[in-house]
Parts: sequence; C-alpha cells; structure tokens
Amino acid sequence: MDDYVIEMLNIIKEFPGVIANDDITLQLKRGEIHALLGENGAGKSTLMSILFGLYQPDKGIIKKDGKEVNISDPNVANALGIGMVHQHFKLVHNFTVLQNIILGVETTKNGFLRMEEAREKVIALSEKYGLAVDPDAIVEDITVGMQQRVEILKMLYRENEILIFDEPTAVLTPQEIEELIKIMKDLAKEGKSILFITHKLNEIKAVADRCTVLRKGKRVATIDVASTSKEEMSEMMVGRKVEFAVEKAHIEPGEPVLEVRNLTVEDKQSGKKTVKDVSFTVRKGEIVCIAGIDGNGQSELVYAITGLLPADDGQIFINGMDVTNLSIRKRNAAGMSHIPEDRHKHGLVLDYTLEENLVLKCYYTPIFQKNGFLKFQKINEYANCLIEKYDIRSGQGAKSIVRSMSGGNQQKAIVAREIDLGPEILIAVQPTRGLDVGAIEYIHKQLVVQRDAGKAILLVSLELEEVMNISDRILVIYEGEIVGELDPKTTTLKELGLYMAGGKRDERSEAV
Amino acid sequence: MIAVLRKLLNIRGFNNATSSIVAILAGLLFGFIVLLISNPSQAADGFVIILKGGFSTGAKGMGQVMYFATPLILTGLSVGFAFKTGLFNIGASGQFIMGAFAAVYIGVKWTFIPAPFHWMVALLAATLVGALWALIPGLLKAYLNVHEVISTIMMNYIGMYLANYLVKTTVYDSKKALSMSVAESAVLPKAGLDKIFYNTMGSSGAVDVSTVNCGFYIAIVMAIIIYIVLNKTTFGYELKACGFNRDASKYAGINEKRSIVLSMVIAGALAGLGGGLLYLSGASGRHIKPVDVLAPEGFNGIPVALLGLSNPIGIIFSAIFISYITLGGNYLQTLDFVPEIIDIIIACIIYFSAFALIFRNILPALLKWRLSVAEKKRSQSSDSDEEGLATETEEGKE
Repeated sequence: MDDYVIEMLNIIKEFPGVIANDDITLQLKRGEIHALLGENGAGKSTLMSILFGLYQPDKGIIKKDGKEVNISDPNVANALGIGMVHQHFKLVHNFTVLQNIILGVETTKNGFLRMEEAREKVIALSEKYGLAVDPDAIVEDITVGMQQRVEILKMLYRENEILIFDEPTAVLTPQEIEELIKIMKDLAKEGKSILFITHKLNEIKAVADRCTVLRKGKRVATIDVASTSKEEMSEMMVGRKVEFAVEKAHIEPGEPVLEVRNLTVEDKQSGKKTVKDVSFTVRKGEIVCIAGIDGNGQSELVYAITGLLPADDGQIFINGMDVTNLSIRKRNAAGMSHIPEDRHKHGLVLDYTLEENLVLKCYYTPIFQKNGFLKFQKINEYANCLIEKYDIRSGQGAKSIVRSMSGGNQQKAIVAREIDLGPEILIAVQPTRGLDVGAIEYIHKQLVVQRDAGKAILLVSLELEEVMNISDRILVIYEGEIVGELDPKTTTLKELGLYMAGGKRDERSEAV
Repeated sequence: MIAVLRKLLNIRGFNNATSSIVAILAGLLFGFIVLLISNPSQAADGFVIILKGGFSTGAKGMGQVMYFATPLILTGLSVGFAFKTGLFNIGASGQFIMGAFAAVYIGVKWTFIPAPFHWMVALLAATLVGALWALIPGLLKAYLNVHEVISTIMMNYIGMYLANYLVKTTVYDSKKALSMSVAESAVLPKAGLDKIFYNTMGSSGAVDVSTVNCGFYIAIVMAIIIYIVLNKTTFGYELKACGFNRDASKYAGINEKRSIVLSMVIAGALAGLGGGLLYLSGASGRHIKPVDVLAPEGFNGIPVALLGLSNPIGIIFSAIFISYITLGGNYLQTLDFVPEIIDIIIACIIYFSAFALIFRNILPALLKWRLSVAEKKRSQSSDSDEEGLATETEEGKE
C-alpha cells in the first residue's frame, strides 16, 4: 500500500456562480514532489486554500497519515505540519528576515524575546538546505528570490512536513528558478512532501514526480511525469492540442506608425537617466520587441510613450503626429492601446465590475453614453460580446467584481479591451505574464492577427522564448539604451542573452 | 426556509438594510445601558422618550425632525459622496458653517434683491462658499498629494473662527448673542408643510407651526441628483474610478487631478448648501451662535453617511433617524437627566449606529456559518439514523 501523507478525497467547493472544485481527489505520497497543473481558474488555488484551512470544503474529507482531520483555519494546518508559500508573499516589509521567520512562534522568556536561539536555528536550517539569507536584512531591501527563501525558511522553522508552493516561479528570474528547483529537490530528499502549483510544463518536467491535472474544477488525471510528454500534459490541461510555435507568414512592413526620436527620461528623485536617447520606429504589420533584463528602463520607456511619465527630451510621433506633450486621452484617440505591465496598478479598477472595466477606455464615446448618461444596456452587450470572444471566465459574468477574478482572466480582460479598441499601435508589456499555455497561445495568436491586419505592435517582454517566437525585430535594451537590433530568424538565444547582459553591442549609434 | 435565507444573503440591498438596522438596535441597546448607569430609576421612562423621539410632541415634532434632518442629509451626502469617490471629507463642518454665514449675510444685508429671488441667491451663495472651502483641500490633494483629512480638519478651524469673526462684525445681534434673523424675503418658503406640521395650542385655536420648510424638499432632490450622478453618468463613473484606483484612471485617460478637485468641490458645495438650508428659516429657526465650537451638523454627517452606507437614498433615512433620536434626547430633560448625560447617550447611539459597515461584513458571514452548521447537523443526524431519514423524507413529500 502506498504511504500517503495527505489525502484529499472527493473535495467539492462551490462559490456563487461557479463550482471551483468538483469532486477532486488528490493523494500526496511521503517525500514526493507532486505538481498541480491547470489553466487559470481551474481550481488549483482553491484546492490548496482548502488544504491550508483558508476555505472549508462543501463536501469531501481530508486525511493526514490516514486519519481524517478537520482543517478549520491555517493555525490548524500549521499544527498538522502543513505550510504554504503564497504567490504574493506574506511578509512584514519593515521587519528583518529573522523577525519575519519567527513571527507568530517567537521564543520568549518572561515576556521578552530570545532571538539568539531563533537565530541559531535559522542559520542551521539555511545552511542545511542551502537557503542563503542574511538574517538581519530588512525584507523590503532584499530581492524577490531571497524573500521567497525567507518564506521557505518560515515553513522549515515551523517544522512543516508538507510544503505547498503556489506558483513560486512566476516572480523569479531564470537563475532564481534553477536555484529554487534545486532547493525543492533537496527538501524532498530530506523527506518533505511538496505540492507545487504551476502552469509551466518545463518546471514540472524538471522537478515533479507525479502531476495532477485539473480542468474547469474537475480532475482530469494524475500522471507519472517521467513517462508523459509535455504535449500530452498540455493537451490534458487545455482539453485540446496546443501549438507552442507561433505560425506567421512573412509580410513586408508598411508605413511607420510609432516613431520615437532621442527619447530621454530622468528619474525625478535620483536624477539618473533611466531612458537614454532612445530612437526607433514601429511600422505597420510588424511586431517589434524590446528585450532586456527587468529594470533596464523598459518600464520608463513605455510610460513615456504612453504618457504616464513626461519625456524629458526627445519626441514621440503616432502616424506622423507629434504626441510628445499630448494627454493620455488624446494619445489613445490617436490610436494607441496599452496592455500595461502592472495590471492591478494601471490596468484595472479592481472594485469595478468586469463590464465597467471593459469600457474603461471607451465609456465616453457616443456608443456608450448620451448627454453624459451611461448606456448600461449597450455596455452590458459589449461586455458580453468581449467575454465570449476572448473567453474571459468569472463567477457572475459581466457583473463580476474584477477583484474576485483569477489573475489570468483579469489579464484576458485587459487584452480583450485593448485589442478591441482597434488600435493603430498596440503597446503590450509582458502580455502573457502569469498565464497558462492555452491563454498564452491565444494571446500570441491575437497579436499575430493584429499584425497581419496591418497594425503596428510594440512588445516588451522578459521571456526569451516569447521574444524569439513572435517578434519580427528585436531591440535589446540595456541600462536605458538600445544596444542592438537583432533578427529573430538569424540570431540565437545565446547571442540575445549576451546583448541583454551588456556583453555585446552594435557599433551603430542609433537603431532605427 | 434555509434556501430562502441563502438567496436573501446573496442580495446586496438586503444585506445593507439589515446591517443598518442591526447597527441601530445595537446603538439603542448601548444607549439604554448608559441610561441605566446614569439614572437607574428613570432609565425605562427615559428610554421610551428617546424611542418616541420626534413623535413626543405631535405633528409639530415630526416637522422639527424633518427640519433638523435637512442639514444632516446634506452633510451626510457631502461625506458620502466624497467617500464614494475615494476621499475622506472631514471638513463638512467648516464648509457648512462658511456656507451658513454666506446665506445669513446675504439674507440680512442684500435686501435689495426682489422677494422670490432673495432666498435663492442666498442659497446659491452658501453652495458656492462651501464649494470654495473644499476647493483648497481638493487642489492640495490633487497637485501636492496633501492628505485631505489633514487639510479639511485645518479648514474646519479656519472656517469656524472666520465665521465667528464675520458674524460678530457684520450680522451680530448682541442682545441675543446670535446672528440676526434674515429678512422675510430670504426665509425659505413653507411650501405647504406648515399646513401639515403644526400643533393647536389650547382651546384658543392658535397654532404652533413647525420650522420645517421647502429646504427638506431641496435636500431630497439633492440626494436623488447625487444618486443619479454617481450611478448613471459618465461623470460619476470617472469620479468613482479615480476613487478606487487613481493610477488606473490616469492610465485610462481620465484627468485624475481634475476629478479629485471636482469631487471635493461638490462635497463642499453640498455641505455649504446644508448650512444655508438650516439658517434661512426665520425667527423661530436656528441662528449662528459665534462660540468656539465646530458645527456638529458637519461631524454628524459622518455617522449619517456611515449608517446610510454612503448610499444617497440611505442617507435620507439615516439623517431622519439621527434627527429623530436627537430630538428624543432633548425631551429627556423633562426627567432628571443632566444635559451632558443626554448628549453622551445620543452620541453613543449615533456612533454605534455608524458601525453599520462592520455589521454588513460580519452579519452575512455569521448567518452563513450558522446555516452551514445547521445543515451539517442535519446531515449528520440523518447519517446516523437512516431509517429516521427515510421517514422524514416521506413526510416531506407529503
């Protein structure tokens, strides 16, 4: 008989308007890494929240070591040895690493903290598992990767046996992902059992022993990872065949749509130039990609083009019209769409309904208002049309509060809104961040369709595969400067990487 | 039964109304405890007087409830409107008193304006001055990111002292230590309300008419207008979007600075109008008393808005309730309650009532939890006794 440390049997959980988990069974063996794979909104997070005591299942039982348990809140989960690293970390930003780790389980004597014991234990743990952290660093000063290690140490400090990782790689750089995979393997070797939520197939292949696939709240299968191909897994997850490579025909680019000339942006606080004398052109029918490592001026460049930040020097033209000093509304009217980098900060009004968000950029047009009064009927019809066309899933359809929707569907809503505006120039910043393969495939196809329809597209991406796959031209940005222009057909990933790391640059002074 | 309850719990309006009512009940209970502590022998009688509120003195009493509710509706709208658009307007007090002064000044001095227009001009001035008083915090917030709570509190004190100074130097009746009564032509018309809300005195047939006037109608019309602006117009859509997420509004091309300023200005205009409506009420109405106290109507706008959950229509009812309970408190003086204690009791009821928002969050969760426990118990008992279940369902079918 198999040695199951956790069994979740026939779990059913319903939310208003949606069955998040429909009769799901998940069995975790001792010492295994078990991946949980599914599209956005497939019910992965709900299932893990039930295991961690954040939700109560409507039906079904949970067994720990073969005994039925009732996990009524996270403290109970903790007592049972279940720990969780959330997608968005739960750390106190102005506390030190050490303070964060011991928070809630402080060692005290007569009401006074005794940090020395805790410090020794933390250092011992971090050495044992290769989790390098500085115990006295303030959390807000350390990298995201290190913050994640703090979260893992928190679980180990509490001597948790079952570790849940909720999309741990979504926020990490490729190097950090490699490190994390090594750490997870070490943990499993030490006898910890790991549940790993993700929708990245490469990572499952690299780290997991078994994988349970969920689709639309139901369990599709539990498979052995080694004997299943990536294609098979993605088909199970999406319910149809997925094409990883984007097919696109060659078309000759037309007239220039977006022209950026000698654009410079200064950081107001430090006075440092975040964008230095950048010039480029995006023409009709081409996808131009700005590639670079995060923090090399991509965000500021896009903010300046879209009007969220003022340009300190240089000019921006859309279809030959100088928009450098125009308002955002006027730039939009000139044919600019923008899928922003930060969907919660810029992309959505989270407390508005889905339909209100879908008209965020066109509510003032005569289609949706008359004499200042909104036409709710028209807004609803339009929203339902987009919801169907772009397959945006939510609990209560157009009336759902966006905050309650899954991240992937929030992103789809933004993509739907921006593409449907019918822009001349579409500026897409990491449009597939946090999405599953099915949705990524869909968005990539949409971008290509737009390109084929003669639109100009400026794509900013950190994912090298995405850059190589769908762009027609690649501009590499390094420390605020365009250091090279590459053709994805003739360049290699290695060469692109060299440019991005600042190890190589074109001799030309200007990339046009 | 359980199914019906479940359905009701998913309706927002139902949750909102119940939470306000529960909050009121909690406030009343707490008020009763204070009554018991301060004067045990008369607590029960006192509580009845509070509950009878405006009804204690017949039709005129009801009229007085409406008269005192009028400024509360406006200040409640002021706070509620700002809140819906993401701003905390703590400055209703200053906006209110500045508006009040402007109305009284014009009511007393500008007698050259022909009769039907005099009170209208005075009200308009009150609205404008209130708006002006909120414009400053609005500009500070939009352009310099100065938090509106701080700047509106400061503006309260500036407004209070300035109004006191101006009243004393321009429209002061030193015998009564109050502002002068406004000219007859500046008093708001009764609009038929005097035919409903009056008491007959003794056998002589003389009537004692309530102070209520068409200001009450104006307040209700304003609430409806604010409701429409917030919920039906592109303008309201923009203001609320800025309140929820300033960055996303900017991204969408909304002029977010302008929206913030306009939100504050409208909130101020409402509070200023409230000041005008209260004080343009003839000799029997209220007069500005130039003492160093911030206008309570302004602050009471906060619990009014909270109890009404910032819904303009809800605010009408919560303002009437608070006015009703305050008047009831005044009648407590017929028993042996010291005025200070009365103030404390009324304040307790009002501020407890302002917990409506908390109840809205707790109540549905609590009820749902109870329901699920009840269901679990049922299913457990039926599991253990399958025969019993069989007979039960049989009976159920019949």
